[in-house]
Amino acid sequence: MRVLVPGLSGRLGRMLAERLIELGHDVIGIDRRPFRDAPPGVEMHEVDIRKRAAEDVFRKFRPQAVIHMATVTHLVVQSEDRYRINLGGTRAVFEHSHTYGAEHVVFVGRHTYYGAAADSPLFHNEDEPPMGLSSFPELADLVAADLYAGSALWRYPSFTTTVLRMVYTLGPTGHGTLASFLRGKRVPTLLGFDPLFHFMHEQDVVSALCTTLDKRPRGVFNVAGPQPVPLSMVIRETGRTNIPIPEMIFSMMLGRLGLPKLPTGALEHIKYPVTVDGSAFKKATNFVHAIDEKGAMRAYRDAFPRPAS
Amino acid sequence: MRFSLPVDSEVRARLDQLEIPFNSYGVDLYGISKAYLGPSFTALRFFFKHYFSVESHGIENVPARGRVMLVGNHSGGVALDGAMVVASQFLEMNPPRLAQGMAEKFLNKVPFASQLTNRCGHLTGLPEHAERLLADERMLMVFPEGARGTAKLFKERYSLVHFGTGFVRLAMKMKTPIVPFAFLGGGEAIPTISNAVSIGKLLGVPYIPVTPWLFAVPIPAKLEVYYSPPMIFEGTGSEEDEVVHGHVEKVKERIAQLIDTGRRRRRGEPARDAGRGAT
Repeated sequence: MRVLVPGLSGRLGRMLAERLIELGHDVIGIDRRPFRDAPPGVEMHEVDIRKRAAEDVFRKFRPQAVIHMATVTHLVVQSEDRYRINLGGTRAVFEHSHTYGAEHVVFVGRHTYYGAAADSPLFHNEDEPPMGLSSFPELADLVAADLYAGSALWRYPSFTTTVLRMVYTLGPTGHGTLASFLRGKRVPTLLGFDPLFHFMHEQDVVSALCTTLDKRPRGVFNVAGPQPVPLSMVIRETGRTNIPIPEMIFSMMLGRLGLPKLPTGALEHIKYPVTVDGSAFKKATNFVHAIDEKGAMRAYRDAFPRPAS
Repeated sequence: MRFSLPVDSEVRARLDQLEIPFNSYGVDLYGISKAYLGPSFTALRFFFKHYFSVESHGIENVPARGRVMLVGNHSGGVALDGAMVVASQFLEMNPPRLAQGMAEKFLNKVPFASQLTNRCGHLTGLPEHAERLLADERMLMVFPEGARGTAKLFKERYSLVHFGTGFVRLAMKMKTPIVPFAFLGGGEAIPTISNAVSIGKLLGVPYIPVTPWLFAVPIPAKLEVYYSPPMIFEGTGSEEDEVVHGHVEKVKERIAQLIDTGRRRRRGEPARDAGRGAT
């Protein structure tokens, strides 16, 4: 199958490229970033998804399936640009897919869509609205991109749309928000709070994407692997030291003492859990994760051992 | 936070018999953790067996497996009743069961309280949580009087306040048997003479109970729990209010009867229809 992947040069995208080639697909990537050492068989176009040149790729290549991974989540990057990439880019992907006859479009979204709050339930279902925006407005563009992608379900009946809300990834490439959070020797947490963290191994994320391509489920799906575990356990099992800090002091420390300057709403995500019910996806695709929570944490620890002082 | 508190050997053995799918770290998918249950049940066991020497009646009425809702009264004295029913299910059922309460929403915002309640299985009181736990064949412990019930004063300890109806709708929707229970003695253990609402607000809780010795430190009063045979209400849970109210009243009546039975026993009068002997 001809598969086009906007955002292919990301760490997850590169893993996906390898797997797609192994499975015998033709892979074309669109990304502003270069893809060095791309496996043979991958055709890479270093263009911005929102530019004319990207549309030319769609026109020339006529992909059967599109896996849209070109959204940015780095919470630290709060710029107009992020908004434009996430929303403008998503719109361009769906419009071009429609214009050039794609059969299947997959939007790769995040489970943080649901938001973290004291009164939000564990294991969100797909029909729940995003409740985290009041405390964490910086997530607005990702939430909007997710909902916009979902609107393709009625906007473009000509192709199958799959919106995936994936849990955090953890694994040897150190890709993702959780992996970055765990990078240092000491990991700051909020004293008296120990939320569950839902994550899956990178290879399982790639498998879930390939299964999606294969089974073509229509609709919005949470994607989860093994059960979630408390943050303190993730920190311990990845060989880090948990530094619990009272919330008031923590918020004052943000942006100082080597801590990233996070929006205060981000603290809700280390205070309350965001966990999802992935049963609908499993039912629709028969997806089963291969690596359990222990394996994912071990893999990360082996690739990123505790930094020496 | 890591617990290194002592764990009683009986509690340890019972933890291993709990029919809950723990992962290799001893944590289940809701975050219930053996590392927290161990010390917590060790403390509860002391209070249950030695401090209050809780007597339970009719525990054979509680199903050994499968989804079930324990529905009971608050007897005054904060959440002592909840804690002792949880202990009773863990220490007296074979195999032991973990009764999961629905925690007050404000608790999840309080440092440590949030962590402790969640790790011990008492998730925030949300309908989504209740349904999910029942669908998972767990045991749910429900106090339909809610916070109105924990705030009962000493003189109100045997009374029942307004029952919410959500629990009956939930039981009907989830096809779950209700085991009504009565709890007696909480009001004697922590005789509340007043509830300090404004001080509570300052501390971020609904109220602070005030006892004759000021703080809510329990005295070793006699505590008792009476379990009734299960009640099953057929339906979908979306019935008219009158139908549901009728069921709620039946459960409330059953609990009132059990309380009455218990009070007679406490006064040394012959029991009329008490649950069979203590186990």
